[in-house]
Amino acid sequence: MNQRIHDLSWDPGADKKKPAKAETLRMRAEIGRQIRAMYDEVLNQGVPSRFSDLLTRMDGHSNRASA
Amino acid sequence: MANDALQKEILQNIPPLRAFAASLTGNLSRADDLVEETLMRAMADGTSRDADDVQAWLFGVLRNHFYSDYRKRRRDTDEARQGGGETEQFNATLSKLPAEQREALILVAGSGLAYEEVAKICGCAVGTIKSRVNRARNRLSQLMSSKSQDPNSDRPFRPVMAAGGRY
Repeated sequence: MNQRIHDLSWDPGADKKKPAKAETLRMRAEIGRQIRAMYDEVLNQGVPSRFSDLLTRMDGHSNRASA
Repeated sequence: MANDALQKEILQNIPPLRAFAASLTGNLSRADDLVEETLMRAMADGTSRDADDVQAWLFGVLRNHFYSDYRKRRRDTDEARQGGGETEQFNATLSKLPAEQREALILVAGSGLAYEEVAKICGCAVGTIKSRVNRARNRLSQLMSSKSQDPNSDRPFRPVMAAGGRY
């Protein structure tokens, strides 16, 4: 499920018989590249302490509540 | 699922959740607020979840929260970011798409999720997701092409800069 798709297989128009123009293909590839760059920029930041701290606090709270 | 197992699963999904939230809000600090509210909801009712659908479930919680509550409170979430980086400029162009097309494109092209998983997250048919991705891609191509043909531009694919900062 976490497998990244790094080719153009995300393109739902790829299976149509009509061949896409070179410019269209270039644009699709560029859009895919830009979106992955945007996504990866955030992914590469890992987990900020704000969230790991929050989960730890909430876990402690629920453990106390269920004890 | 036991609480510690759930917590571990949630922790692993925080980076993709933030990336998805950033694409919805167009702003990382708002994205983090949205992720925090999502985590609180998830931890509050997540103990019955199976491990294999945690990611789709969390994405769905975040998405529903964004459309139902978060967006109403923050009317300006769709405003494009202004910035000099390539990512910010692309994001400004992306923000011109309808939200449902934008999220379909981001989930498919950015997260690499299968169409079936994206359809599950968005609560619609696989064909609808494919159609949204196609429309999003075509509209983006138009926007990027028209800007790159601007006579002031010497930088195709940099739409904001190409428009001379008029956005």
